Amino acid sequence: MSQNVELDRVVMRFGAVTAVREVSLEVRGGEFFSFLGPSGCGKTTLLRLIGGFIDPTEGEIRIGGRDMRGIGPNRRPTAMIFQNLALFPLMPVWENIAFGLEVRGVPKSERRRRAEELLELIALPGYADKQVAELSGGQRQRVAIARALAVEPQVLLLDEPLSALDLKLRQHMRAELRALQKRTGVTFIYITHDQGEALAMSDRVGVMSQGVLQQVGRPEELYDTPLTPFVASFVGENNRFAGRVREAANGHATIETEAGIFRGRNVGRLSAGERALLFVRPERLQVANGGAVENRLTAPVSHRTFEGAFIYLVADVPGSRPVTVQLANTGAVPVSEPGGEITLGFAAEDAVILADQGEG
Amino acid sequence: MTALIRRFGLGLSALIIALPVFWIVMMIVLPELVMIDFAFRPNLLPAEIGGPKDVYTLGNFQTLVENTIHRAIFLKTIWASAFVTLVTLVVCYPIAYHLAQGTKPERTGFLILLLIIPFWINEILRTFAWFIILAYNGPLNALLSGLGLIDRPIRFLNGNFGVIIGMVYAYILFMVFPLYNSMESLDRNQIEAARDLGASAWRIHRRIVIPHAKPGIATGCIFTFMLAAGSYAVPALLGSPQSRWFTEIIYNWFFEGGNWNQGAAYAIVLLALCLGFILLMLRVFRVNLGDIAK
Repeated sequence: MSQNVELDRVVMRFGAVTAVREVSLEVRGGEFFSFLGPSGCGKTTLLRLIGGFIDPTEGEIRIGGRDMRGIGPNRRPTAMIFQNLALFPLMPVWENIAFGLEVRGVPKSERRRRAEELLELIALPGYADKQVAELSGGQRQRVAIARALAVEPQVLLLDEPLSALDLKLRQHMRAELRALQKRTGVTFIYITHDQGEALAMSDRVGVMSQGVLQQVGRPEELYDTPLTPFVASFVGENNRFAGRVREAANGHATIETEAGIFRGRNVGRLSAGERALLFVRPERLQVANGGAVENRLTAPVSHRTFEGAFIYLVADVPGSRPVTVQLANTGAVPVSEPGGEITLGFAAEDAVILADQGEG
Repeated sequence: MTALIRRFGLGLSALIIALPVFWIVMMIVLPELVMIDFAFRPNLLPAEIGGPKDVYTLGNFQTLVENTIHRAIFLKTIWASAFVTLVTLVVCYPIAYHLAQGTKPERTGFLILLLIIPFWINEILRTFAWFIILAYNGPLNALLSGLGLIDRPIRFLNGNFGVIIGMVYAYILFMVFPLYNSMESLDRNQIEAARDLGASAWRIHRRIVIPHAKPGIATGCIFTFMLAAGSYAVPALLGSPQSRWFTEIIYNWFFEGGNWNQGAAYAIVLLALCLGFILLMLRVFRVNLGDIAK
């Protein structure tokens, strides 16, 4: 079983800038864990901390229970896949893959054999003697993974390795990475700003913003029950209503907004009188034509975008940000042209109420 | 050619072509041809020129083969220049690596400036500075005896030591800059990746940095070797009669012996040596002239 990674109140400061603030977390052995956040949120710093390229200003990083402070990247049970892959262009593919073994003094014939095995694993048999320059983007990607796996790391660190690939290849590589992780059982720690990537591949995701780990959870949890307004608006699309709590009971709350009075799940555990934000997903909104829906609002439609499988409507709700509705194109969608009024509704179970900590 | 004429007109195009042609023919090809012509003729009295003795011969080259002192000095010049090149490479490699990969970009400019400042002074003057530093009663001897490392002063300027020190110092920039240029383009992630895979510093250099910097190493070595082999001022000032350089002998043939034919032959041998060294470097480092021109 591969080893776990524990971060214990890890702080990283660069001069006056604090890149990582008190991050505590356990990545379990054999897990596919992603750090998700916008650029500059500290996720790359976190990865470099785990990889041993830098040591934290405060706090402790343990891999397999062992404190890693002062242990360089070459002596940690981790292997990193760099954003630009950093393959060695002057070595053929097999020497790239076997570099870590060469360092460990493995004899040449054995190195070659292992490289061929790994090429088999990444579905590039027969590529041993090719030059790096001859490979396509996706092939380089896979060679970089093989090179990292060759040293049999306990933990594989991946720094946005798919960002340079085109969309189709990226989607293909997602599935492949996931399958590879399952097959090898190695702990993957993956960094990305692409929430689709994070949600699709990961067992669990940690969302970061401005050096703070906002929330850790399974993709479904993050999506359905965000715990902070940042997570609610960063992960997926969300509509947001600001207001004050009127009453709260039994895990639900009613809030009063300028667009109306809505009931939702009181995820933020607010009490009456507190400022609150209510979030509801575009696909959880429905066109409410007299049906028995708990929350309702009526507004003029300002845009309508047809995307084949989906139709997007944007409604200008007074006193709120524009509200987006995603309607599945089932053929039964009422044609709401821009200009016309529309009545929208959503169930209380589909709305999340969080504390409004100012603009965030 | 037609593109050139269409762009600049006939007159300007002719000028653009004529100037480099003039330069190459008048400044490079003709003088070399004259020198080669000189080298293969015997040194004759003015009256004998054009006479029956004025024939092509290998006699001037034979002198070098037969004169044991000249031969020894020629061979010494080869190994000493190669040694200077090696020492310069060893000294400059860490400097260049530090400049290219070890410092923040803001500091690199400052460090390069520090390297260049001494070279704002004339080479002769800098060599004289070393003459003073290395002198029998000079500061280096004073320092060493002050530290108790030596009992009595060392005659640095007696043998090849002073010459080699002076040359390493004189040619540092010609080695640092090609190395720096070639190392600077190395992606730092490659170094980190190698380190992450467990490589020691030594292996990172052997497998990643040096292969990448090969064209720069070859260029720096070629520069340094040619400058060292062709150096006159440094051996003249820092050397002693026992540590004469081949260039000094060429100089003597021309200006003291008055035998231009003999001097030309020796100069051609030196030229051939340098060409041979270039080809050797290109072969050893498996680079071509195109890589070096970069």
